[in-house]
Amino acid sequence: MRAASQILTESFLDVRAKLLEVAATLDRIDRSADEEESLSPAAQGQREQVDAAIQILLSQGPDRAERLQKLFSRDYDSSWRQDMKL
Amino acid sequence: MDYIDPHIHMVSRTTDDYATLARMGCVAMSEPAFWAGFDRRSVDGFRDYFHQLTDVEPKRAAQFGIQHFTWLCINAKEAENVSLSRDVIAMIPEFIECPNVLGIGEIGLNKNTKNEATVFLEHLELAIKYDQQILIHTPHLEDKYQGTRMILDMLCDDSRIDRSRVLVDHVEEHTIGEVLDRGFWAGMTLYPVTKCTPDRAADMIERYSGERLLANSAGDWGPSKPTAVPDLIFEMRRRGHDESLARKVVYDNPIEFFSQSRNFSFVPRDSGSESDS
Repeated sequence: MRAASQILTESFLDVRAKLLEVAATLDRIDRSADEEESLSPAAQGQREQVDAAIQILLSQGPDRAERLQKLFSRDYDSSWRQDMKL
Repeated sequence: MDYIDPHIHMVSRTTDDYATLARMGCVAMSEPAFWAGFDRRSVDGFRDYFHQLTDVEPKRAAQFGIQHFTWLCINAKEAENVSLSRDVIAMIPEFIECPNVLGIGEIGLNKNTKNEATVFLEHLELAIKYDQQILIHTPHLEDKYQGTRMILDMLCDDSRIDRSRVLVDHVEEHTIGEVLDRGFWAGMTLYPVTKCTPDRAADMIERYSGERLLANSAGDWGPSKPTAVPDLIFEMRRRGHDESLARKVVYDNPIEFFSQSRNFSFVPRDSGSESDS
């Protein structure tokens, strides 16, 4: 098992590059919007998901990837078979 | 390291890819029936496709010493057409005894609709009737969690299903636990953007010790990398893991899982015997 310091050092440039992609995308969105424009409802929903995802990244815990996946997932309802009459 | 790709769509790849995969250590592959990128319009379209899977691809693979196996079904996307699906399901028995057929797959859900679930259940009946293994496709992206839970509900609600003979593919961080906890095999798909990376797959191997885990490239007509399984082997080595752990996931586990199919006539490279395919 590798030490935490080793993982961070080996991954640093890769993570830096991916974070830059996210930052650049957010900048791109802001540049393209004029002062009057607001996001469409669908786009606003996506933006809120991105913001929530960033909060997950800032949080503690070993399951950030799993929580991020669930953030971007449709909800599961255990009554689906009754609803679909299957 | 010799490896087996348990989920790759070679009908959509050129023969150059077989040559490359052979050089990278691929000794066998399993090709589930999938969506070709367009909706087929008749059962004869599927009949021709199954001929390609059971006759053409094994010959193409054999030119490079790769043993080719396959699975049959109408995929989840085209399953929205229930009428066509029933015609295809009725036709599958024509091919089920072909020498390289391992079972029914890749069945599953796409957008998690009632029609898709209906056709999925009818595929399960077919698999049970002919005592076939099952390979499951779980949906993409935002549909994956909901769809995987629905699929597991349908599988677990039927006591005739032997969970040790079912592979649930395309698992990710939010679905792998449920799949393994309920006794199924889990496949990790190393596919750019929409699925998993070798790094994240290596994380999941570390968390679950490689038990009942497989890894595949799902190489197809989209932006994909048929050589992704060697990438995973490389990542495992880079992390300092024993060769045995990577070999377990990319070679031993596929053999253990597929050996439950009566048509899995795999001959290891160092057995001294000629391959049958």
